[in-house]
Amino acid sequence: MSAATEHSSANRRLVVRLVVAVFAMFGFGFALVPLYDVFCDITGLNGKTGVADSSTIEATSVDKDRWITVEFTGNVATGLPWEIRPKVAKMEVQPGALARTTYIAHNTSNRTVVGRAIPSVTPGEAAAHFKKTECFCFSEQYLEPGETREMTVQFVVEPDIAPNLTTITLSYAFFNTEKFVTQKSVDAKNDGAKPGEARPDKKS
Amino acid sequence: MATAEAAHHDEHHGHPTGILRWITTTNHKDIGTLYLCFSLTMFLVGGLMALVIRAELFQPGLQVVDPHFFNQMTTMHALVMIFGAVMPGFVGFANWMIPMMIGAPDMALPRLNNWSFWILPFAFTMLLASLFTAGGGPASGWTLYAPLSIQGGMSVDMTIFAIHMMGVSSILGAINVIVTIFNMRAPGMALMKLPLFVWTWLITAFLLIAVMPVLAGAVTMLLTDRHFDTAFFNPAGGGDPVMFQHIFWFFGHPEVYILILPAFGIISEIIPTFSRKPLFGYTTMVLATAGIAFLSFIVWAHHMFTVGMPLAGELFFMYSTMLIAVPTGVKVFNWVSTMWRGSLTFETPMLFALAVVFLFTIGGFSGLMLAITPADFQYHDTYFVVAHFHYVLFSGSVMAMMGGAYYWLPKWTGHMYDERLGKIHFWTNTIFFNITFFPQHFLGLAGMPRRIPDYALQFTEFNVISSMGAFGLGLSQLIFVYVVIKCVRGGKKASDKVWDQPRGLEWTVPSPAPHHTFDTPPKIA
Repeated sequence: MSAATEHSSANRRLVVRLVVAVFAMFGFGFALVPLYDVFCDITGLNGKTGVADSSTIEATSVDKDRWITVEFTGNVATGLPWEIRPKVAKMEVQPGALARTTYIAHNTSNRTVVGRAIPSVTPGEAAAHFKKTECFCFSEQYLEPGETREMTVQFVVEPDIAPNLTTITLSYAFFNTEKFVTQKSVDAKNDGAKPGEARPDKKS
Repeated sequence: MATAEAAHHDEHHGHPTGILRWITTTNHKDIGTLYLCFSLTMFLVGGLMALVIRAELFQPGLQVVDPHFFNQMTTMHALVMIFGAVMPGFVGFANWMIPMMIGAPDMALPRLNNWSFWILPFAFTMLLASLFTAGGGPASGWTLYAPLSIQGGMSVDMTIFAIHMMGVSSILGAINVIVTIFNMRAPGMALMKLPLFVWTWLITAFLLIAVMPVLAGAVTMLLTDRHFDTAFFNPAGGGDPVMFQHIFWFFGHPEVYILILPAFGIISEIIPTFSRKPLFGYTTMVLATAGIAFLSFIVWAHHMFTVGMPLAGELFFMYSTMLIAVPTGVKVFNWVSTMWRGSLTFETPMLFALAVVFLFTIGGFSGLMLAITPADFQYHDTYFVVAHFHYVLFSGSVMAMMGGAYYWLPKWTGHMYDERLGKIHFWTNTIFFNITFFPQHFLGLAGMPRRIPDYALQFTEFNVISSMGAFGLGLSQLIFVYVVIKCVRGGKKASDKVWDQPRGLEWTVPSPAPHHTFDTPPKIA
């Protein structure tokens, strides 16, 4: 009998450990989400671009000997009744110099629609050196019924970008974000706060 | 908590008979039988789904089913085969054989064992019922990639819950296996004396505990993305669809070793018996199994070379994937060395074991081709991949289970199976398997995409061959079902040893193995 009791307590100890391991791995699955985001932000993987403050940009020197072609594109996901196009298809920029362009968005529906642009830069190596100082993608965009709006993006390509990169593509995917809009950002919009401060996006 | 004592108590109560015996059983042999019957049933159900796919692909154009149903069939075939046929099949072998191989009276947690089986029929009823919901069953592929799976109907939710349930079942089974192997070994049965089947299952059980919860997490995130406005995988809310692939394959790659390691274990039992030699390189076999298990955690992104990874990532995952060929090669060479200068005989289990070694190696080589990143851009999502994973999963896992079934059937039932019919089953199965899947290599190299119900005309001939092979392969499994039923019903009385020179404790108990074995621990030499 004592042998059996010993057995059952040994079993219980091992089972408890294994169950703890199971829950730990369940948690690890969720922990992969922030780990993945942090990893991509640091490395610029998956086209995740950086945000820069314009004061630091002015301090960097412009590389006058290099020209880089920046191409602009975009697409609209199902569920967002917008038409979008970049005002210019591409432009030449010098590394270190601020550049500015606009995208034109048009709400084709008869209601106010809130959408959000998610940027992506290819090739991936360029993403970490492509910094936006101002972007319509920093916040939700509310378009009134039938409204057409020009939306600005201001960016800089850092001078330390690899010399073999001569063309960079900036692509925006526009999504309907009605269900993700927080009350805070709605309030901010009503108060006329600057969009960039309304909902700073960790991934922009 | 149910412990080993429950099994002893069982003897003092009257045995329930009929259906109640099977519902309430805590006996490892009964539960093993339940698992194996469940696995065989799911194998036939999943096989029928495969035949729907092959019927549609018999000719170009759309003839038999509409594309949406075709997508449901590819999805369900995979889910049913992976989670319904192969995983429960191996758990069935584990239940039957592990206690007998280590000299234990039963599994360590018999009540838990009962639960982990009886979750499964409910899980699969839910999964299969999803086919009849509005909009049909899940059609996103078994990988359930976001955002497609986020857009699916109610069937996706049913699939998610079914995955949760079979995950719980697998995890409980794995806990039981680990506790049994650690705490229930007969005195003198040191870890490095364990039969290789027990070793491979021990490592598989750790893999299950490590990755099934991650899958549960991934599908839970899908569920909350679908219904509770989270945005794990939805870029609109700050998520990322590629992240689903990373989390899924963090589970998915160890999962493929969960599906193959116990097969390696079965092969490592069969080959020495029919070579009449001990297994060559026992220690290296154990280390190779552990090595494969370790590597399985650092290779997941080779399933997603084309998502746009940086060069460093592609190189890392390419080289780490190729590294797996080393421990796998050790195993193959050990099996061949075991046969070297042995007195070989070719009973049905041995034929299956030999075919597994040969055909699995073909699948391993096509896996190496897929591991080469630049080449993978050509092969990705083509029939080459389909051919590859059927060579490792069908002619690896499934045929190893068939070999194992023939090998241990006499011990389970007390009767010899029909050797002539077994050999007929082996040859029809193996020939039709190759007719089905070998041409798919060529189709894939020529660019035929997978999961598409129609194809360009130049792919017709190979698809016709493949479909004819598939129907032959399906029909040949009926021979297997017949042989098993016939063997259960009667046949030549099997001796205790069954084979000429088998090794292992399971051959020291009578045939059929009595309901309770090793109530007193055996003496280990």
